[in-house]
Amino acid sequence: MKKRKIGMALSLVLAAGTLLGACGKSDDTSKEESKGGEKEKAFSVAMVTDVGGVDDKSFNQSAWEGLKKFGADNGLKKGKDGFDYVQSKSDADYSTNLNTLARQDFDLVFGIGFLMQGAVDEIAKQQKDHQFAIVDSEVDQPNVASILFKEQEASFLAGVAAAMTTKSNKIGFIGGVEGAVIERFEAGFVAGVKAAKPDAVVDIQYAGAFDKAELGQSISSKMYASGADVVFHAAGGTGVGLFKEANDLKKKDPSREIWAIGVDSDQANMGPDVVLTSALKRVDNAVIDISKKAKDGNFPGGEVALYGLAEDGVGLAPINDKVSNKADIDTAVNEWIEKIKSGAVKVPGTRDELKTFSAK
Amino acid sequence: MSLMEILMIVVPSTLLWAAPLVFTALGGIFSERSGVVNIGLEGLMVVGAFSAIVFNLTFVETFGSWTPWIAILVAMVAGAIFSILHAVAAITFRADHTVSGVAINLLSTGLTLFLVKLIYDKGETNIISKGFSKVDIPLLKDIPIIGKIFFQNTYWTSFLAIVVAIIVWYIVFKTPFGLRLRSVGEHPMAADTMGINVTKMRYLGVIISGAFGGIGGAVYAQSITSNFSHSTISGQGFMAMAAMIFGKWHPLGAMGAAIFFGFAQSISIIGSSLPFLKEIPSVYLLIAPYVLTIIALTGFIGRADAPKASGTHYIKGSR
Repeated sequence: MKKRKIGMALSLVLAAGTLLGACGKSDDTSKEESKGGEKEKAFSVAMVTDVGGVDDKSFNQSAWEGLKKFGADNGLKKGKDGFDYVQSKSDADYSTNLNTLARQDFDLVFGIGFLMQGAVDEIAKQQKDHQFAIVDSEVDQPNVASILFKEQEASFLAGVAAAMTTKSNKIGFIGGVEGAVIERFEAGFVAGVKAAKPDAVVDIQYAGAFDKAELGQSISSKMYASGADVVFHAAGGTGVGLFKEANDLKKKDPSREIWAIGVDSDQANMGPDVVLTSALKRVDNAVIDISKKAKDGNFPGGEVALYGLAEDGVGLAPINDKVSNKADIDTAVNEWIEKIKSGAVKVPGTRDELKTFSAK
Repeated sequence: MSLMEILMIVVPSTLLWAAPLVFTALGGIFSERSGVVNIGLEGLMVVGAFSAIVFNLTFVETFGSWTPWIAILVAMVAGAIFSILHAVAAITFRADHTVSGVAINLLSTGLTLFLVKLIYDKGETNIISKGFSKVDIPLLKDIPIIGKIFFQNTYWTSFLAIVVAIIVWYIVFKTPFGLRLRSVGEHPMAADTMGINVTKMRYLGVIISGAFGGIGGAVYAQSITSNFSHSTISGQGFMAMAAMIFGKWHPLGAMGAAIFFGFAQSISIIGSSLPFLKEIPSVYLLIAPYVLTIIALTGFIGRADAPKASGTHYIKGSR
């Protein structure tokens, strides 16, 4: 029986070790404490990542880059009384992390990602004299700024690029999980395709997950096999499968013209021969903008801050040099950017709006 | 879309999806047949995926197009070594198998992500340049009809998985080693009286399952995701366990179950393009694989009995 107990203890130590390992982050903030306390308190800002982590090549990373830039521009140091981040290991960490940062007296705390909506709402109610901001979701509290993006404008431009690249007039769209954000991507993309090439068809399919690369691969395999030659994904990790499939097909038959379009950040490194462009979401710019406003005392608490092309909140990554009509696409995309910025064209953000949309 | 076109998409993607599950489920069979529950398959896949990707990224210059295959071997060794932890805890120290397996799962994710951070200083690795990609199998691809469906635009690993499943069936059911392995899992005391070293057999079972789990992870990472991140292996290990139970702890059954899972998944994807399924709202197609699995499990399989001594400890001399 003694042996058995040792075994239990061993398993427990293993399990506890991994769990506790996750809590290791907090000690580097305490070191800074003694230095910063004496000076007059400068503006400080911090963010809580969602489970994606600070280098997820997506919006967490982008937000952190924004904070770093804001810090550099304003002579802030990383750490307390400057700018900092806390990484969430699971959904249960959100409230705790937000609370910790608010108690460390950061002037503004960002919650990154719609997963944090509930936590931001809860902590904002408890810490009424602190300012919070949430990305990709709405929280109706007087001390919370909600940052939303006009994803449809970025994906509209991606749609224009796709329509001008396709030769088969068949284009694919892979969505992650159906919801308001991905619907904006879908509506904008379809509108862009129709605007540039009315007779092109868009095959729309949802994977039902953001983290299942094999689903992305099977869906794109189906789309390419049924004649589509450009496929756009708004599906996070599921979209990795799209690039794998496109790269595979290209490797097998280098003469075949197939393209994939990335999302959120410039995904050109996922396949230099197959990535046409990416629909960008500039979380960094939005984070910088809100931080600036808060610093100047114009914090848009209780409001929704909407970032589109005009605010530099979304955009399109450079078109791949290997596309034969790159110059034409660039010209067309720039024309549309002007039209959207000036308000002459309003890009639809839902399927209902798409029905009544006309580009002319 | 014609039937031919549909099959040409469904079959390769079914096999692609099934291959890592087949390998991992085979691993589970070795472990459970020897009497050790291995819920840590997921973690072993993580370790396999991690070591395969790191090896691939590091040595792709040296080994060229052989890299993914060698990476599989490396992942196999890594998985085997990692599973020793489970073996030591569950067999020598008689810890609860489930607890120790869960520890393996937690430890592997934490450890590999920590190492990724340490080696590459970011949260996920780069994309590998030489993974398993689509091939037409020579000779077989020219068989009329069948060649087009089964042997074009497919992956070598899918066929390797099928061949290995047959080999494992032979080993488990037709060799003295297999008989000993099974006897240890069914009735360790009887096996012990016949002079079989129960501890040794169980260690072997767990380590072999680690090796297969590693292969499964390596195949998944190199044929589907192409990089390693926290979401690379998300539940495939548990799917493999389900396949193993679904297949009644039988290698060929597990293979069939894995292929069935893959098939259900592909059908849910292609369904939206099929004339007679087009009208169904997509959410029903998305849940179809799980519904099909439940129906198959409850309706057609009948009782699935685990090896009798699975999950119990064998203490020499006790009754």
